[in-house]
Amino acid sequence: MADEPLLDVVALRKEFGAHVAVDDVSFQIAEGGSLAIVGESGSGKTTIAKMITGLLAPTSGTIRACGHDRSRPAKGAAERRRRGGEVQIVFQDPYSSLDPRQSGAAAIDEVLALHRGGSADERRDRVAELGALVGLDDRQLHALPRALSGGQRQRVAIARALAAEPRLLILDESVAALDVSIQAQVLNLLADVRAETGISYLLISHDLAVVRQITDDVIVMRNGQVVERGATREVLDAPQHEYTQLLRASVPAPGWTPTRRA
Amino acid sequence: MSAIELDPTVVGPVPATRRWRGVPGLRGTGVAGHLSALVLAIAGVVAVFGQWLAPHDPDLTNLSYAFVGPIEGHPLGFDSQGRDLLSRILAGARSSLLGPTAVVTLAMIVGTFLAVATAWKGGRFDRWVSAGLDVLFAFPAIVLAIIVSVIVEPSLMSATIALSIAYTPYIARVLRSAALRERARDYIAALEVQGLRAWIICVRHLGRNLLPLIVAQGAVLFGYAMVDLAAISFLGLGVRPPQADWGVMVSTGQSGVLQGYPLESLSAGVCIIAVVIAVNILGERLTERANSVTR
Repeated sequence: MADEPLLDVVALRKEFGAHVAVDDVSFQIAEGGSLAIVGESGSGKTTIAKMITGLLAPTSGTIRACGHDRSRPAKGAAERRRRGGEVQIVFQDPYSSLDPRQSGAAAIDEVLALHRGGSADERRDRVAELGALVGLDDRQLHALPRALSGGQRQRVAIARALAAEPRLLILDESVAALDVSIQAQVLNLLADVRAETGISYLLISHDLAVVRQITDDVIVMRNGQVVERGATREVLDAPQHEYTQLLRASVPAPGWTPTRRA
Repeated sequence: MSAIELDPTVVGPVPATRRWRGVPGLRGTGVAGHLSALVLAIAGVVAVFGQWLAPHDPDLTNLSYAFVGPIEGHPLGFDSQGRDLLSRILAGARSSLLGPTAVVTLAMIVGTFLAVATAWKGGRFDRWVSAGLDVLFAFPAIVLAIIVSVIVEPSLMSATIALSIAYTPYIARVLRSAALRERARDYIAALEVQGLRAWIICVRHLGRNLLPLIVAQGAVLFGYAMVDLAAISFLGLGVRPPQADWGVMVSTGQSGVLQGYPLESLSAGVCIIAVVIAVNILGERLTERANSVTR
């Protein structure tokens, strides 16, 4: 099927014991598209990301990506590797998402060797290319994570994810831990990467400004359910559901005066 | 008198004193680390070449020299059988060091494997293995040594096997909790999403990050193993008496201690203590150095 969406999630459900974390969630991302999932913490956003990447198995529902089903755990190393080349993820906390004893260059090289093979020289060139793409110089690439700032670490994590040449990149609150100026840099970087490679994004965030900057479509989640969906601009400018209106109203804007607490 | 003026072009910047930073591989372990390594190196050389370094035959008895103190050519004197003590210390180094080394190696390999496997797999596998290890925990090393020596002939080998079994649950439990903590970190999840094989993640990343703890545990364990093996030999369940061994010498020297000739127990005991302390200090320093890489 030529017009099959890149990611197709149908009636996804996840229960933890009696608690339903994700309840009948369906959405699609077209090739080259970008979708945001917004909602408060505990709304099931990250659980969805974990199920799409295969870190958690869904209770029911199906997930298809790049034409392959991934609702069930991968059978065998080859399938696991193929899935790794389709969907990648950048986690929230750059202080935990890098091996403390491995430099960025070594981490990226390991991924290249896994997915592309090639000689050590070819891989070294590609590591430098990816470093340039995310704005890391040679010294930063060869430093251990403890010598890097949060923003630099997150760039390493992005480069490592991109090294697999995925068609979908999940950004799970990936800029939330960074301070505002670094956040803007990383967001610009992500927009550039998308323009350059045609990669699709699934952005998970509670930050509406970030969502507006890099996504075309959005779904709003609360208590594991989708409460509103549509084009990012429309949903954020004219929210229909009261919860979306509440989220929107919670963002400080010009003219906002803090109320003094008694 | 005019004030002394320093001409900066003559004095220049004070040259940085080049300090010797230590033997490569031991850098950052300090003086104590270097001294410990030296003690262990000497112990290692003696363990390998001891029987040729010994000035006299360590097993040659001459009852007319029994309990004779230090004399010319015999700096430590003689034991109750009139055997040269220095020669027995040198010849006994091999079994005294080989035993603990084998115990530590065996227990670390099995313990680390079980720890990483249970932390990785979780669920029922983790519960069953952990329950099995808890049962083993109930047996003190000495009791296990007695059980094993019933099954096979008491020897250094049987004592080593018994101690390895006794120490494995201890290692596995300490490392399992560390492995669980490491397993929960995002970099492991990122590697899983990449599609790297589980055992490669375990060896290349999980194991590597556990290595400082493994070294530290090994060092502590070496000390315990040395003392426990000496105790087992003391009970007659390890190295058998005519053979020279530090643990055996501490025990056979007892009768001498009571009669006022403490040199046999004392010299063997000092050797044990020196090696145990050196291993512990070096292990601690190496662990500190390894951890300074990440924090």
